[in-house]
Amino acid sequence: MAATNSTAVKTLTGTAIPVRGNDIDTDQIIPARYMKVVTFEGLGQYAFRDVRFAEDGTPKPHPFNEEKYNGASILLVNRNFGCGSSREHAPQALNKAGILAVIGESFAEIFAGNCTAMGIPAIALASEDMLQIMDAVEADPTVNITIDLPSTTITAGSHRYSFTLPPAYLNSLIAGTWDSTSVLLDNLNQIHETAGRLPYVHGFAKGA
Amino acid sequence: MAKNLFNKVWDLHKVTTLESGQEQLFIGLHMVHEVTSPQAFQMIRERGLTVLYPGRTFATVDHIVPTADQKRPFSDPLAEEMMQAIEKNTAEFGIEFFGLHTDYQGIVHIIGPELGITQPGMTIACGDSHTSTHGAFGAIAFGIGTSQIRDVLATQCMAISRPKVRKINVTGALAEGVYAKDIILKIIADLGVNGGIGYAYEYNGDTIHNLSMEGRMTICNMSIEGGARVGYVNPDEKTVEYLRGRQYAPKGEAFDEAVEFWNSVASGPDAEYDDVFELDATTLEPMVTWGINPGQAIGVSAATPALSALKPEHREVAEKAYAHMDFQEGDPIKGKKINVAFLGSCTNARISDLREAARIIKGKKVHSTVKAFVVPGSKQVAKQAEAEGLPAIFTEAGFQWRGAGCSMCLAMNPDKLQGREICASSSNRNFIGRQGSPTGRTLLMSPAMVAAAAVSGEVVDVREFTRQPVTV
Repeated sequence: MAATNSTAVKTLTGTAIPVRGNDIDTDQIIPARYMKVVTFEGLGQYAFRDVRFAEDGTPKPHPFNEEKYNGASILLVNRNFGCGSSREHAPQALNKAGILAVIGESFAEIFAGNCTAMGIPAIALASEDMLQIMDAVEADPTVNITIDLPSTTITAGSHRYSFTLPPAYLNSLIAGTWDSTSVLLDNLNQIHETAGRLPYVHGFAKGA
Repeated sequence: MAKNLFNKVWDLHKVTTLESGQEQLFIGLHMVHEVTSPQAFQMIRERGLTVLYPGRTFATVDHIVPTADQKRPFSDPLAEEMMQAIEKNTAEFGIEFFGLHTDYQGIVHIIGPELGITQPGMTIACGDSHTSTHGAFGAIAFGIGTSQIRDVLATQCMAISRPKVRKINVTGALAEGVYAKDIILKIIADLGVNGGIGYAYEYNGDTIHNLSMEGRMTICNMSIEGGARVGYVNPDEKTVEYLRGRQYAPKGEAFDEAVEFWNSVASGPDAEYDDVFELDATTLEPMVTWGINPGQAIGVSAATPALSALKPEHREVAEKAYAHMDFQEGDPIKGKKINVAFLGSCTNARISDLREAARIIKGKKVHSTVKAFVVPGSKQVAKQAEAEGLPAIFTEAGFQWRGAGCSMCLAMNPDKLQGREICASSSNRNFIGRQGSPTGRTLLMSPAMVAAAAVSGEVVDVREFTRQPVTV
């Protein structure tokens, strides 16, 4: 579980849940009407709400409704996952629904940044590898997947894959500095120095 | 190697390189709204931190604000709770707050520029993906998530990796009836909704610089719909004249100093880029989306694409789009019936948008089957429109005239599509469910096209529409 305090994220093992489709946007991950909240608690029940349930509450076919994926902690997706809005409510909802890592073909930039800032690795695999893992998990949802960040590899059953993650994200997860507030605040003097050389911070006063 | 604006502004604001390899970037302006900030304020409170530069932070309310009845307490208790949270948070941390009680409330990306808070050469962050709008002034502006809002509140900085820069060079005169919205929809259709991942977009070329500041804001606003987190236009004379005299812009001698600084950050003619994309604007026509992402857009005279004509990686989403929209391959987009016409959002709810729409509907009536409404982007936009007599033109035509807010762009307020309604919308996203009904449908287009569709009850080509004689 991503804690409030930044801890190292090095390896994760768990079962997976595949949600197929390209360009799955943040409005699908969590519809805006469930963002009328002042905390992130309780968002898990709204993950993929409108693709999981009809308006009258009848369940629709969706992996998140399938018992065989209960307890899965690794989400498997395709291309440009998390496009659209900057709402951190999207990865927060997934996290509250039990997701600790996302593996996909590619991610929208803000979504990947939000995941990392929560200590959730959002890691990319080549398309053919991604499809192979999805097929394997659909065939056997009990298959354990291990993500090893230091070696940038994923093990799924007897298969091993190499993944990519932007080096800065990888480093901050492994070092446990993904919660960046204290890291940034360590450089307080330099923050003030930088502000000091920006003319607009001083109202463009000459000599300031 | 001459630096482009992006890299100049970035270097000016770089605090240091972090151990992770990310850079620590000073954020010159932080804009805050009610939806993405309460958890961030709570986090800094729990950690015993405070807001490091409250004077460089400004807040407003837009997403949850009802546009019809703004009396407090709001009838939705959840919206009222969010409202009270931002009032408390801004008061506690000494942040200037443009609430409903002020004359300056409005959509966060509209009020920043109109108050002159947004200026060239700044780094800007806001917990909203359309923060790229502010790039129209030659600022580099990022949408961020709530954990990053916490960082910016507590440290006035972000940990971020430097993206590459793609110059999008748009040249040639726009035809009548073709607007900034059509340019950006075309760019997204050509480069794809994920084409901009890892890039900042610099919009350049004579077409861009001939646009008003408002048109430039429309273009920068939708950068994120093409995957680019940042989009900007180099500051020029129009930028300077727009800012002159605005409330929060520098005054007198300081303004001259500012202009010198602003000019110094613009990309020179020899600036280098990681990539360049050319677009000929002379052949553009009004654009309309037919699907479920903003890249699924075509010219108004075109038909929806055959699946077989699409790149293989686009077919799956196109099939999903046809199923959701209940459209067939090869359908002309012109003539598609609409139920709702929405003129609003941070993309297109500025005064020029309302003027253009009013010009088109003046003396006409909204079609009997269409529910049409106009939501000005800010109280200042509404005030200016009132001074010009626009609300009367809209209401006489059968539009509802509302108070400022995000409204039906994302439907976090009472403005929502019902059931399978189809909406001609001047907003920025046609994602499934975006406008408040999980089965609702959205056709994105320019404000002028929305106005023409409202009157016609269906998608029409605004160029033909304006040529018809005005009938009452």
